[in-house]
Amino acid sequence: MKDMNAILAGFGGQGILFMGKVIAYAGLFDNREVSWLPSYGPEMRGGTANCSVCISDDPICSPLVNNPNVLIVMNLPSFDKFIDKVVPGGIVIIDSTLIDKKVQRDDITAYYVPATALAEENGMKGLANIILMGKMMSVTNFCTKETMQKTLEKIIPPKKQHLIPKNMSAVELGINA
Amino acid sequence: MVFFMAERVLMKGNEALAEAAIRAGCRNFFGYPITPQTELAAYMAKRMPKIGGTYLQAESEIAAINMVLGAASAGVRAMTSSSSPGVSLKTEGISYMAGSDLPALIINVQRGGPGLGGIQPSQSDYWQATRAPGHGDLHVLVFAPSSVQEMVDLVSKAYDLADNYRMPAMILADGMLGQMMEPVVLSDESDKPLPKKEWAACGHNNERKHNIINSLYLTASELERLVKERFERYKVIEEKEPMFENYCTDDAEYIVVAYGATSRIAKAAVKEARSEGIKVGLVRPITLWPFPKKAMAAAAENAKAFLCVEMSMGQMIDDVKLAINCKCPVGFFGHTGGVIPTPAEVLEEIKKMAKA
Amino acid sequence: MAVVFKKPSALTDMPTHYCPGCTHGIIHRLVAEVIDELGIEGKTVGIAPVGCAVMAYNYFACDMIEAPHGRAPAVATGVKRSLPGNVVFTYQGDGDLAAIGTAETVHSATRGENITVIFVNNAIYGMTGGQMAPTTLPGQVTQTTPYGRDVKVAGYPVRICEMVSTLDGTAYAERVAVDCVKNVNKAKKAIKKAFQTQLEGKGFSIVEVVSACPTNWGLAPNDALEWLRNNMLPYYPLGVYKDKTEEVKE
Repeated sequence: MKDMNAILAGFGGQGILFMGKVIAYAGLFDNREVSWLPSYGPEMRGGTANCSVCISDDPICSPLVNNPNVLIVMNLPSFDKFIDKVVPGGIVIIDSTLIDKKVQRDDITAYYVPATALAEENGMKGLANIILMGKMMSVTNFCTKETMQKTLEKIIPPKKQHLIPKNMSAVELGINA
Repeated sequence: MVFFMAERVLMKGNEALAEAAIRAGCRNFFGYPITPQTELAAYMAKRMPKIGGTYLQAESEIAAINMVLGAASAGVRAMTSSSSPGVSLKTEGISYMAGSDLPALIINVQRGGPGLGGIQPSQSDYWQATRAPGHGDLHVLVFAPSSVQEMVDLVSKAYDLADNYRMPAMILADGMLGQMMEPVVLSDESDKPLPKKEWAACGHNNERKHNIINSLYLTASELERLVKERFERYKVIEEKEPMFENYCTDDAEYIVVAYGATSRIAKAAVKEARSEGIKVGLVRPITLWPFPKKAMAAAAENAKAFLCVEMSMGQMIDDVKLAINCKCPVGFFGHTGGVIPTPAEVLEEIKKMAKA
Repeated sequence: MAVVFKKPSALTDMPTHYCPGCTHGIIHRLVAEVIDELGIEGKTVGIAPVGCAVMAYNYFACDMIEAPHGRAPAVATGVKRSLPGNVVFTYQGDGDLAAIGTAETVHSATRGENITVIFVNNAIYGMTGGQMAPTTLPGQVTQTTPYGRDVKVAGYPVRICEMVSTLDGTAYAERVAVDCVKNVNKAKKAIKKAFQTQLEGKGFSIVEVVSACPTNWGLAPNDALEWLRNNMLPYYPLGVYKDKTEEVKE
């Protein structure tokens, strides 16, 4: 994908903003232009969270994505809010454990990944976001597994480096989901 | 975080402003918490103690700016940051600093107003920054970055010009730029010598007459002489220091003017309009004071119409009209705090302008 | 001929603008004598207030900064944090320190900011022509309390030494007066101790000097001093309110 304009959305606490940062860093390590923009509200915990992530070979104009070509949603309000904003030909990745609605549009491609259930079943509680990101890697090729490994090594703090293999397993799970 | 020279790193705008200030020699930061600039202060709180600098959380915005006044008087590079309502409180100190010819850096990560307004990005402090950053006849240098990299570059520039012209400088950013992450390359300026400040109140060491930092002149003619002297300096600045970016303006029949985060959105719209065959270009002021008047006038030479796009009710539009001497019509499109214009909306306005 | 009395070198030759009988002159001299005796003029930075002492920057021979109204402690904080090896003092009146600048006063004290504050309390706004100050006494007539300060309307005076002495950051707080030779001598001792407190890095020091304003009180200089003794001292008792200077540093 030459220009990826993604929106990632869900509840606070699902790791939406972190997932966005991982994607942006991966773009950075591939020497591409990237931007990451959170929507911020007054609440520090809970509430809805979403962020815009752009990766491109050219300088990025607007870092605020209004019409994504990639959408990841992890709750129903986000699904309802953004599904009609996706550009024709775009991709939507849905955590089907948390959202039981189906996409009614036929001009976009929908992937249903029961990420939250997969995470629970595989002892990866809290990594549903990474599973969905793995799916995004496989359907958009925004980065390679090698880049992702490097990215996680760089952004996961030293004290938590032991969590990298588990994160990579979650990525793998997503890729194959 | 440790950076290697010329490494491309991903940083939030607010944090990048802080790191850039440290690299430009700032060791004294005085702040007060306010959304959406908080990360800047937090970054300073983390870094300053490790490099022998001062991070101090003041009791108010007013105290913070006056601490900056003190540090600037002592001859060091100092900084404060805030967002719109907080900057209103700082205007007292800014005026005194302008009247005392003190260099310092003030960051405004703008949010919506008036009053408590909102916490979302806005550009509604343009008037305050360029017209009345404090009481009295004065200007401050106003820089309007549009990317995280430019935030970094302009911090260093702002300090240098502030020192050179002995006046406060302001970075007028907004919540979007402050919160977003982009790749930046930070340069190492630690070898760059800081200018000597013979005028500073840092103790005369029994080697010279005492220095006085002051803005009070009770003899009217003396006050006027000093204000006029300052305005002579302002004239030089207006001549030498305006900064801007032209995008697709060479053959442009229509000109969009936008600064800061909004210019990114406008650029996306201009790009799209070009692909549809509309001869439109973008003039992006990088300094808001001094306003790039000549660049505007040059763009107006062959233009049929201008469109000003802002996250405000249209605060820059008068400067554009004055700069082009109303040579062609200047339209306006904008939203207020938090309602960020979309490229599609701006494109629509460009099309309307081209059809008219 | 031997010189037995001369101007301290920490004062400039500039004639002061103070009214006849005003005690600012005495207090300036005491501060300057202390600066001379401690040999610190070369590394001292003074902060002038807004009010009668606004032009103190012309009178003290050390480097001087003129602060916005009430902000002298914040300006002093900025200087001291930038130049920790220097000596920094503010010279403020009651309106400046105890009304518009209360927050700056309280917070520089509670931070234990290592600065010295000379607080001149004459119970009135002098420079603007005699309006009610935060330290104006109940019943006291001023331009803005023409029937006397009515505490039901204007509230009560502020006792600064008492207030800041409750703060952990305050190392030394003393209230003195300059109404007679004995008290002037005591005042000098207090001012010296305040500067020494700073030199020893012990934290915030403040000396409140109960002073006279003959012009705005509408009294002859001697009568003003008498009025000070009879009216101000009962409300503002002299003495040491806080002294942590003898405590062993932790």
